[in-house]
Amino acid sequence: MAVVDTAFLRPRRRRRTDAPVVAALFCAVLVAWAIAAPLLMPFDPNAPNFESVLRPPFWEEDGSRAHLLGTDQLGRDILSRIMLGAQVSLLTAFVATVCAGTFGIALGIVGGYAGGLIDMALMRLVDTFLALPFILMALALVAALGAGLGNIIVVIALTNWARYARLVRSEVLSVKSRPFVDLAKVSGLSETAIVLRHILPNVLNSVLVLAVLDIARTIILESSLSFLGLGVQPPDVSWGLMLADGRNYMLVAWWLTALPGAFIALAVLSFNAVGEWAKRHFDPRGSVETAI
Amino acid sequence: MASYLLKRFLQVLVTLALLTLLIFVLARLSGDPAPLVMPSEATAADYEFFRRQYGLDQPFHLQYLTFLRNVLVGDFGASFRYNVAAIEVVGTALPATLQLAAASLLTAILIGVPLGIVGATTKSPAVKLAIDSYSALGQAAPMFWVGLMLMMAFAVRLPWFPSSGRGTLAHLVLPVVTLAIYVSASVVKLTTANMQEAMRSDFVKMARLMGLPRRLILLKHCLRNASLPIITFLGLQLGALLSGAVVTERVFAWPGLGNVIVEAILNRDYPVIQAAVLVSGLTFMGINLAVDLLYRVFDPRVEAA
Repeated sequence: MAVVDTAFLRPRRRRRTDAPVVAALFCAVLVAWAIAAPLLMPFDPNAPNFESVLRPPFWEEDGSRAHLLGTDQLGRDILSRIMLGAQVSLLTAFVATVCAGTFGIALGIVGGYAGGLIDMALMRLVDTFLALPFILMALALVAALGAGLGNIIVVIALTNWARYARLVRSEVLSVKSRPFVDLAKVSGLSETAIVLRHILPNVLNSVLVLAVLDIARTIILESSLSFLGLGVQPPDVSWGLMLADGRNYMLVAWWLTALPGAFIALAVLSFNAVGEWAKRHFDPRGSVETAI
Repeated sequence: MASYLLKRFLQVLVTLALLTLLIFVLARLSGDPAPLVMPSEATAADYEFFRRQYGLDQPFHLQYLTFLRNVLVGDFGASFRYNVAAIEVVGTALPATLQLAAASLLTAILIGVPLGIVGATTKSPAVKLAIDSYSALGQAAPMFWVGLMLMMAFAVRLPWFPSSGRGTLAHLVLPVVTLAIYVSASVVKLTTANMQEAMRSDFVKMARLMGLPRRLILLKHCLRNASLPIITFLGLQLGALLSGAVVTERVFAWPGLGNVIVEAILNRDYPVIQAAVLVSGLTFMGINLAVDLLYRVFDPRVEAA
């Protein structure tokens, strides 16, 4: 009996990617919205219009094509407000994450590289900032600094930096003892050059993974604070704030709470999916998982 | 073990001391409390008297030491808003939060672990997809939104449960479900991952070769081994649980610590803020320490590092 391999006859299966394409696309759309919101918004998001108050989205009976996602109790266009809300949410998330990341990387490198007493002191400081559940830490900071868009960015950066410092420190400790660092030392490179050229590039992967996951967390944190009335304040627009506003009209206008909430959930879902994918690919040793 | 215990305990003490310093500094950053408590017709002399009475004219480090000494005996001063000690305000709210947290944790385990086991063992792609989606959505949806949607569905459209307040068991249902959805989402993910890992292990292969029934292998060999990381994780989830409780309490007007803190911040009631933050920090750190130590008792493989 002849054994003939016919495998080559079968159509070759395309290798399926495990990248979250839809999620990445949605993130891209949100970013585009956030950047181009002022150009794309069909209405002024803060302009009241008492002639069309509490209009439902277009697919409902009384909905109109002019206000695709309906209007709120002051007749403000929900779609425009959601677009501007995307800008506020993403701006807060990006700026706060970049600040927290930069600060955390700097302190983590100093602690991990210097070691000794400096390291010990920094790690106790990190523990202190992680000693409270993150919303409580944020609330304690809001109580001191006050609410408002600018302060919220500062509050979130201060709430988040410690995890970057802890992650970077543990990464630096493992990189520092590798042969190429010794080699660099032997070849007479300065400490600064070693840190910048050999240590930093090696810890950047895990920091980026944490940053993407953090953007998702930060969107939740910002919207939670805004919902509690301690975050973004009017006339600035935020998804969390829209939910807090719409709460009182829940009986008559479901879209005021359901739609902004759905956007928060989708945004967080997408950034999480991209972050998880990045974790699988760029952090195979699982250092992000253990550090946070 | 003993030296590890001592080291860990010292670490917690240092962190706690730093936390009090942070809380103290934050309160000073927020400005002078005098205009908040003094009546509008108060004179400059009244202000001076107030400052002297509360030691605000003292140098910074002395003020901190006084604060620390008072905190050690649970004295955070009187609430600016209610005419009682701040610690009392916090003390009355704490049981409500702990009740909410405990009930949610239990519910999350009851939902999450079985779903996770099914997720790890199912052969149906549809079931797997459904469980994965539950886990991803549960983590992504903000709790205040889930809470409001549940309220709209099961308190307004279908008036089955009360929409706010605390009292009967029925009051507990919606806030607990809100929190449990969030926590169980991560429990599902973790159970699935750990079960899958245990199922790949050599002792499971051995058990299968020995012909043990599937159910026995899954429950006795896999679940037992997967349960340790789940327990640790649940301890660490306490932070998320307390964070979530703040928001959930606010949605359902649950008279707990979260509600107290938010009210206190809105009223700039600093003694209550300080007491509430420190008490929740203490609870959080205490439980983290306990989980860490229990982990070492249950799993001797973890070296005391």
